[in-house]
Amino acid sequence: MIELRNVGIGYGSRELVTGADATFAPATLTAIIGRNGAGKSTLLRAVAGLGKITAGEIVIDGKVRFESAMERARAIAFVNTERIRVANMRCRDLVGLGRAPYTDWAGRLGKRDWAIVDEALDTVGMSDYAMRTLDSMSDGECQRVMIARALAQDTPNILLDEPTSFLDIPNRYQLMELLGMLARDKGKTVILSTHELDIALATADNIALIDTPRLSLLPASAPSTRATVAQAFNLPANLL
Amino acid sequence: MKKSRSLIIFIALSLLTVLLLLLDLGAGSVTISIGDVADALTGNCDNPAIAKIVIDIRLIKGVVAILAGMALSVSGLQMQTLFRNPLAGPYVLGVSSGASLAVALFILGAPLTGGLSGTAASLGMTGAALIGSGAVLALVGIVGRRIKDIMVVLILGIMVSSGISAIVQILQYLSTDEALKSFVIWTMGSLGNVTSEQLPVLAAVMATGLLLAVATIKSLNLLLLGEEYAVTMGYDRRRSRTIVLISTTLLAGGVTAFCGPIGFVGLALPHVARVLFATSDHRVLLPGAALTGAVVMLGCDIVSKSFVIPVNAVTSLAGIPIVIWIVFRNRRISV
Repeated sequence: MIELRNVGIGYGSRELVTGADATFAPATLTAIIGRNGAGKSTLLRAVAGLGKITAGEIVIDGKVRFESAMERARAIAFVNTERIRVANMRCRDLVGLGRAPYTDWAGRLGKRDWAIVDEALDTVGMSDYAMRTLDSMSDGECQRVMIARALAQDTPNILLDEPTSFLDIPNRYQLMELLGMLARDKGKTVILSTHELDIALATADNIALIDTPRLSLLPASAPSTRATVAQAFNLPANLL
Repeated sequence: MKKSRSLIIFIALSLLTVLLLLLDLGAGSVTISIGDVADALTGNCDNPAIAKIVIDIRLIKGVVAILAGMALSVSGLQMQTLFRNPLAGPYVLGVSSGASLAVALFILGAPLTGGLSGTAASLGMTGAALIGSGAVLALVGIVGRRIKDIMVVLILGIMVSSGISAIVQILQYLSTDEALKSFVIWTMGSLGNVTSEQLPVLAAVMATGLLLAVATIKSLNLLLLGEEYAVTMGYDRRRSRTIVLISTTLLAGGVTAFCGPIGFVGLALPHVARVLFATSDHRVLLPGAALTGAVVMLGCDIVSKSFVIPVNAVTSLAGIPIVIWIVFRNRRISV
């Protein structure tokens, strides 16, 4: 569960979002949408602990502050768009790194850890790729492995920054289905940012619309949401 | 299968280290056979002169070569992973230029104090180099604490290093012929300047640096995915960066202080270890790079002694083809 309380974000003196109040509940998939530069990534990164907010507070599972990076890593997992291609690293080892918040000083994985890793690979449908190295895989496959890594981190909350951007259209829908399943079946709080308005409206539970400088949380299935989104993007209402 | 492969390579490298150490003890102005070397080491040698050469002179130098090779290779590995840059090495943040400046200042300043004897001069150069490299890394480290983007830290280090090199050039231009010569000889590197009194100090510095490096194994593995991912997976940016910088100061700064700058070992050998062990896991790579470093440094020392040429020239000549080979082999892939 992630709560924003009167949150402001921005660069220097430029405010992107002010007074944002929202509750992202467990077992829901929320898509953050907004124009370029509206602050979608900035907001996600702030929640992930990679950036600062200018006002208010972000409450994660009842906590405003974490004692250490490790403690935060047990609460929130993050997936960004960076393409990771590490020479000689197998998928299974990469997903295994997701166990870092639970392993010893050398990062050794126990039997239980490996079981979690294999389950995560299975969940994203990448079990057959476990022993493959990353440099021999497509963007879509790498994206799934990175999500498996987030799953192995075993956190109640998962954030994804534009996870659909390097994927073709069938893969985009598949990915959203996977994320929806993680939210509804595993009870995780899943938040992603995206530019795909139609996919977001069709597959997410909630839409977090950033209409500078306001952030509003809307149910994706409500007919009024389409109208509100269309208006925020200056689109004719029937286009969505 | 992978584990047994690593184990076999570890054993092979260890045996190679022992073999090269024995050859290294035999090589030099007086060639000593491996049998005599073994006798001298076990105390069964009847010729006291040979025993003295092997134990008092060459053994120290051989141990220094092993320590220096391990230290440079491990600190290069840490720098490459920390900066996610395959061309980073132990000297990328200015360890050697900082040491050069301090040594240049010492050599130029020493005549003003009325000249120094051999021992005082060598101790002074060691101390100056240690202070110089430590000061540069502390500067980069302190400024780097305020900077999030690790690339900015890298650029900062390279700029500081280039700036210092320019100052060293000015000092060289202004110095006397004699001072210039001692400085140039220092820049050529030498494994033979460490005395039996200094060896425990060097060994302690190296051991501390290597232990700190071992303590960062988990952080280094997380850093393979980039600093952002690492942070969201529990990597403590400040703490780990600080430990890596201290470890590199001790390892690369320590070697530079006692042996002068030794190029390309730290840049090339982590890549050799990656290819040999076919892994990105630092639990294997770190000891692997250390052993590879020891082997190559011993080899370079044997060549340097056999042809009586400076060791820094040998490591560069050996290292450059390795780096070029790696670049062509792994064009598509980063660290």
